[in-house]
Amino acid sequence: MAAAMPLALLVLLLLGPGGWSQAEPPRDTLREELVITPLPSGDVAATFQFRTRWDSELQRERASHYRLFPKALGQLIAKYSLRELHLSFTQGFWRTRYWGSPFLQAPSDTDHYFLRYAVLPREVVCTENLTPWKKLLPCSSKAGLSVLLKADRLFHTSYHSQAVHIRPICRNARCTRVSWELRQTLSVVFDAFVTGQGKKEWSLFRMFSRTLTEPCPLASESRVYVDITSYNQNNEPLEVSPPPTTTYQDVILGSRKTYAVYDLLDTALINSSRSLNLQLKWKRPPESEAPPVPFLHAQRYVSGYGLQKGELSTLLYNTHPYRAFPVLLLDTVPWYLRLYVHTLTITSKGKENKPSYIHYQPAQDRLQPHLLEMLIQLPASSVTKVSIQFERALLKWTEYTPDPNHGFYVSPSVLSALVPSVVAGTPVDWEESPLFSTLFPVSDGSSYFVRLYTEPLLVSLPTPDFSMPYNVICLTCTVVAVCYGSFYNLLTRTFHIEEPSTGGLAKRLANLIRRVRGVPPL
Amino acid sequence: MAVAATSATDIEVVRGRRAALFCAAVAIVLGLPLWWKTTETYRAPLPYSQISGLDALQLRLMVPVTVVFTRDSVPLDDQEKLPFTVVHEREIPLKCEFLQGQGCLVELRSVQRCVECPTKEPECFSAFFSEPSAFLSQDKMSYIGPGRTAVVRGIMHREALNIMGRRIIQVAQAMSLTEDVLAAALADHLPEDKWSSDKRRPLKSSSGYEITFSLLNPDPKSHDVHWDIEGAVRRYVQPFLSALSAAGNFSVDSQVRLGASLTRLPPATTWPCTASPMSSTQWNPGWDPALPPCTLCSTFCSTCLMATNAFHSPRWGGIMVYNVDPKAYNGSRLPVRVEVDMVRVMEVFLAQLRLLFGIAQPQVPPKCLLSGPKSEGLMTWELDRLLWARSVENLATATTTLTSLAQLLGKISNIVIKDDVASEVYRAVAAVQKAAEELASGHLASAFVASQEAVTSSERAFFDPSLLHLLYFPDDQKFAIYIPLFLPMAVPILHSLAKIFLETRKNWNKSEKTD
Repeated sequence: MAAAMPLALLVLLLLGPGGWSQAEPPRDTLREELVITPLPSGDVAATFQFRTRWDSELQRERASHYRLFPKALGQLIAKYSLRELHLSFTQGFWRTRYWGSPFLQAPSDTDHYFLRYAVLPREVVCTENLTPWKKLLPCSSKAGLSVLLKADRLFHTSYHSQAVHIRPICRNARCTRVSWELRQTLSVVFDAFVTGQGKKEWSLFRMFSRTLTEPCPLASESRVYVDITSYNQNNEPLEVSPPPTTTYQDVILGSRKTYAVYDLLDTALINSSRSLNLQLKWKRPPESEAPPVPFLHAQRYVSGYGLQKGELSTLLYNTHPYRAFPVLLLDTVPWYLRLYVHTLTITSKGKENKPSYIHYQPAQDRLQPHLLEMLIQLPASSVTKVSIQFERALLKWTEYTPDPNHGFYVSPSVLSALVPSVVAGTPVDWEESPLFSTLFPVSDGSSYFVRLYTEPLLVSLPTPDFSMPYNVICLTCTVVAVCYGSFYNLLTRTFHIEEPSTGGLAKRLANLIRRVRGVPPL
Repeated sequence: MAVAATSATDIEVVRGRRAALFCAAVAIVLGLPLWWKTTETYRAPLPYSQISGLDALQLRLMVPVTVVFTRDSVPLDDQEKLPFTVVHEREIPLKCEFLQGQGCLVELRSVQRCVECPTKEPECFSAFFSEPSAFLSQDKMSYIGPGRTAVVRGIMHREALNIMGRRIIQVAQAMSLTEDVLAAALADHLPEDKWSSDKRRPLKSSSGYEITFSLLNPDPKSHDVHWDIEGAVRRYVQPFLSALSAAGNFSVDSQVRLGASLTRLPPATTWPCTASPMSSTQWNPGWDPALPPCTLCSTFCSTCLMATNAFHSPRWGGIMVYNVDPKAYNGSRLPVRVEVDMVRVMEVFLAQLRLLFGIAQPQVPPKCLLSGPKSEGLMTWELDRLLWARSVENLATATTTLTSLAQLLGKISNIVIKDDVASEVYRAVAAVQKAAEELASGHLASAFVASQEAVTSSERAFFDPSLLHLLYFPDDQKFAIYIPLFLPMAVPILHSLAKIFLETRKNWNKSEKTD
């Protein structure tokens, strides 16, 4: 689980016909936000969110005129009648077990008929992916929070995930009008504990090698939130400088959190020192405590030996002491692993666990992967094991990737669940509350939505000897040549009656010896 | 006994020799052709001779002109002498590298004796002769209308017909093709020195164009710029583009780039064939960016250091610097709200669009009155002229592409020519010929369509990825595969052939000696 996986790239497209109502004059707003969360392990997670909301009917209008919303994405929506688009580039693996549940993942509402979902686990995320992502921002990287996005720091981290989420949001309760929302998110986890010589202190400058100087003039809201929850109870052992003017309290991911809020649009904040360098210092060293285990986390591995058969296993952990909850597990497995669905077993606490819903779409060779979707009830404080056996298929010799002995990636499974929360939350106003709390609409405060991805797997397939075609040609040629040679020899050989000659070297030698011995020669 | 033995040996030797010869014959007669046939690269036949014929293609552009005489505009006895058709040919010699000897013959065909004025817009050019003093003021001899019509003043003179003929030709040339238009269309194919580089201003011919209006605001902190681009596009740009719609598909959009700084000039040379690259946002028109902010592409600037406030980059787009009235800063706090005056901006942009599409200002013959443009800003005969120019340009492009493809395929024998590539080449050749025929018979619209098809097909053939499949197949790998087969087979055959040859020569020498 702790092994960082090299990458995950995820594309989620929802295609569908667009039939929306009348438009009014386009209006767009930009909000930007940075959440800094010190993680239990001593690392620091920073999550940027840039949200552009555009009150326009993109799919209906012919001539398109763009302001804050990027033209490239708008044209995509208009041309292909996109309903939603979620694209993320990820390097590293979010360790749910140690870091807690992440803020953001994919959408909560999907329609399978129009859904396109794909993952490219082999691709590498690089600065060349960050640059076009930054260009989509209205302020580019010149002002506001985006000045912190410096590539050499962002990729020198243990986790990096950048994403683009486009979705329509309702403008009124009956959803007769929609607006388009573009959320650009970027989360990084800085290895602050290791690089800071065991100190859990950080500052904006140490993490990003930049400080905040001015808000983006186009943004209607530009804020930095610092999570100060876990340290708030025992007599303030830490101090955040500069001291926050306000704090914000809410139930986030099932627990009560306190955030220090810095509003960049508040001119007093930056004017006093001309730049804002947030710092966190400890008054006395914190006690090392075991990190709280999240209620839902998962693990996945491949087992078996040899190159013919194997088994995919997924372990789902529910650590809630008394509540059971259902989990939707979505698996896409490439066609070259031939799944045997009759071997699908789900066990929790030693007993068989029957899923309440199964959707299985078998793979077609070279056309589509297996799709397996299950709704599983996880009993309280239990480990559920989902395992399925597979057989490795042989590929055509041109279908192997370069370096085939590296193995083939199997995309991570997706877990979606409504996890019961410890503290009841209050319903929030969508437009007013901070961006990180409005990623998923939650109807009531008794549970919260979590979407997790397991590790991508690496499966080695039997690889042929790629010089074989040449060897076969050479061998065939040799066999043909040998057959031909003997045949030719047989045809053209002529027999002569040899006149007895004086003999060869052996006979002369023998005669020499005979003469020495005094025996008559041959 | 010995005789029998020698004869038996002789028979054996002869048999062996025959067997060896037979094997060699089979290998050469059967084996070699079989190997040659099975390892050949597939090359579909191409119309090489027709393609080389395109090189010397003589384009003949016909401009049919109908001449209508109103009553009393010509002396009565001259009316009897009027010929039914007159053909006037003019050669425009344009020597260029690929189109050797391509000339253009403009043909004017006049038809007379129709007195009634046609009510709807004519399909071809018409020149009217009349004596309406109300229509033309005394010092003007002719009038060119916004449609395809012109009016020429009649004359009562003994040489009336000759004079009128010259005038008609003058007017018709002004309204149809001139040397300049053709030279601009063929600018890419003509040698550099002959035609100045400002002939290369228009966008290259293409099947579709994407037009983007960008408002660049480098300092959104102090300026809050608004523009009513939707209304402006609807009012000014759409009518112009719908008038131009015969020349291609257009899509219009706009964007606002805020905080975009002026960093570098985009490469003004190449762009993939179908889009007009007017959307680049980061570029530098060459003044010091440290000076007060200047916004571009219909943009604004507080104090700009330039005498002219608009310029255009050939084949790329246009830029307008929009200055903010300095009074706006007085007493108001930042950001200053700026409303862009779209009439001013669109005037400049429409002029730049005309330049980009190569619609030049018409060269009016002396004493001629030119009508004001139609409401969409484009006269019908200007569109005709554009289509002519585009057809000629397309034909030149297609011919160049086909010729270089044929040269390339002739030079490199390793290239696979698939059937679909060959069929594209055939289609392109046929389309070029069809376009040339249609031009010669005066059917402009179908000629333009055919010329576009010629360009599309020829480029599809030229850029087909299957041409590259075996291009880089190395020769040493072929040897590595063939040697294990050929060496063991060839050595015994060559050996026995050499032996037979030696023995035959020895026998021959021996028989000569005995003789």
